[in-house]
Amino acid sequence: MIVNELGLHARTAGLIARIAAQARDTVWIGRGNSTADAGSIIDMLTLECTKGTRVNISATDPADGALVDRIAQLINSGFKE
Amino acid sequence: MPETKSRKIILTGIGASPGICIGKAYLVDKEGVEVVGRYYIEPDQIEQEVKRFKAAVKKVRDELRAIIENTPKEFLTPTSILETQEVLLKDKMLYGKTIDTIENESVNAEWALKKVVTKARETFQAMSDSYLKERVADIVQLSERIMHNLVGAVPVDIGKIAKRVILVAPDLSPAETSQIQLERIKGFVTDKGGKASHTGILARSLEIPAVLGLKTATMEIKNEDLMIVDGSAGIVIIDPSEQQLIDYEERKIEYEQHKAEISRRSQAPAETLDGHRLAVLGNIERSEQVTSVLDYGGQGIGLYRTEFQYMGRTDFPTEEELYEKYSETVEVASPRPVTIRTLDINGDKYIAAQGSYEEQNPALGLRGIRYCLQRPDVFRTQLRAILRAAVHGNVSVMFPMVATLREVLAAKQAVREAAESLAQDKILYSDRISLGVLVEVPSAVMMADLLADEVDFFSVGTNDLIQYTLAIDRGNEKVAHLFRPLDPAILRMLKHLTDVAKEKNIQLFICGEMAGYPIHIPILMGMGMDGLSVNPQSIPSVKHMIRSIKKQDTEALAAEALKLRSAEKVFQMLQSNYKEILEEIGQRKQ
Repeated sequence: MIVNELGLHARTAGLIARIAAQARDTVWIGRGNSTADAGSIIDMLTLECTKGTRVNISATDPADGALVDRIAQLINSGFKE
Repeated sequence: MPETKSRKIILTGIGASPGICIGKAYLVDKEGVEVVGRYYIEPDQIEQEVKRFKAAVKKVRDELRAIIENTPKEFLTPTSILETQEVLLKDKMLYGKTIDTIENESVNAEWALKKVVTKARETFQAMSDSYLKERVADIVQLSERIMHNLVGAVPVDIGKIAKRVILVAPDLSPAETSQIQLERIKGFVTDKGGKASHTGILARSLEIPAVLGLKTATMEIKNEDLMIVDGSAGIVIIDPSEQQLIDYEERKIEYEQHKAEISRRSQAPAETLDGHRLAVLGNIERSEQVTSVLDYGGQGIGLYRTEFQYMGRTDFPTEEELYEKYSETVEVASPRPVTIRTLDINGDKYIAAQGSYEEQNPALGLRGIRYCLQRPDVFRTQLRAILRAAVHGNVSVMFPMVATLREVLAAKQAVREAAESLAQDKILYSDRISLGVLVEVPSAVMMADLLADEVDFFSVGTNDLIQYTLAIDRGNEKVAHLFRPLDPAILRMLKHLTDVAKEKNIQLFICGEMAGYPIHIPILMGMGMDGLSVNPQSIPSVKHMIRSIKKQDTEALAAEALKLRSAEKVFQMLQSNYKEILEEIGQRKQ
């Protein structure tokens, strides 16, 4: 759940992208029926996640599970904003 | 219509930053980029074309890096915008897709980039959220920079604007706005952007009027056009009539009076209800900021950061250049005191000609007094400039990053030698300056009694002291929340310093960010600080706080706070004790 006031914006998406960049394969962020590449700020912005939006994170490679958790934590913490 | 007659064109846009300004337009446009041709690339040249694109991206990345590194710490927020841009630069949707397009469609890099950006722009413009909609501007600006590097056009160097002007542009990227000589800008007018745009945020934080999102401003306005910008109403008048000029001049005065009303109260002395005074000074990094400190009611300059003159150049500033700025600052502030902090950066890193090298741990590396003692030539140039400027007023010098007694002794020796060399050269100087230690390394706190024997004052740099004591890098989002000025460890250190200062009879100031928050004032006062130095904008609320409390109460409170076991507990105690005053200050700020 996106809890911070501004939603998933450029800076916060940037924080996610930095984590996703360490993944072996693509990490996905999904909202409803659409998904975006968590390594791409632009792609994530197109999901239009405002405050209160529910998203789910998944990894293509099971080895990236720890990164998925870190992203989820970051989102749940409101990006420390 | 005869040319002498005024055109009186009125444009309506978004008032992104309040205030009124009247002045001449300075147009910044981005010609030469709009026309992008398409041509096909031979299969064996495609690899080369991709390389050309990558090189252009790398250049933009380097430019951004250079701007980020040259931006003083104080503007950290805009820097994080720049950092986001840096990540965006390598974004798969921008970077990856452009390379795909070059490869799959065998087209030139310019065309591929334009195609990708146009697509992104359409996607974003279809969005309903206005904040997200505006983010497309970031992508467009970045692509324009890449495009400039591809076609080899030289962007307008905003850093070189020399007149007091109203800046008119299609849009301004964070990279561009961070290069503007802001004291030269009276107002901002742009075709694109809204309240949440970078230009809007910047204009508000600098209190410069701005009307954005005018759509056709750059077409209607010509260079040197006289115009009125009303940032409160979101109106721009080009070629105004005499009557309009008079009206707006009056409104401008009214607005400024209203602003002055707020800061006037801050001209009253910072005296507590029971008659104790606490010096409130301002932190600056450019000589131009002295007046804003005085306007906000500061009683002098408690921290003059001197790094700015060393940035964005390829050689070290000369003694004359430094002297000119220092003496200007000292003269304007005189008879009030000016405390100059000697160079706090690793100069070699900023002066490109010296060749930079990477340090794994710059915060623990060669900086501050360590750097100056290793570069006696650089240090001497600065000290000579300071001693010469001291003739014009009341000057103190403090040394940053002191960790050992030996450093203080060496720094004092350097001051003596600089004075002797001036005497030999028969150049006018004054050695009637106070010397101090900027206490920001924990070892300096532990050694405070010995250091105090050598200097006239201490000034506590809380930002670094907290960073080093609690081992917290505030730039690291994972631990930033642990950066707490009210942590018992920090309060005990401050207490120790006040005890030493009292015993050794030297003055104790605090110049870190901690002092800029009204909620911290009772504790700092209760411990017995002699003065505070804060950012100019924080002076009115800090003084208001001082005038609302009693010194006697704060002493009991400080003693109580030192017994508490966590930063949260101290914070809660301050909150509950000063709730009403803090609320009042919060309201006054708006």
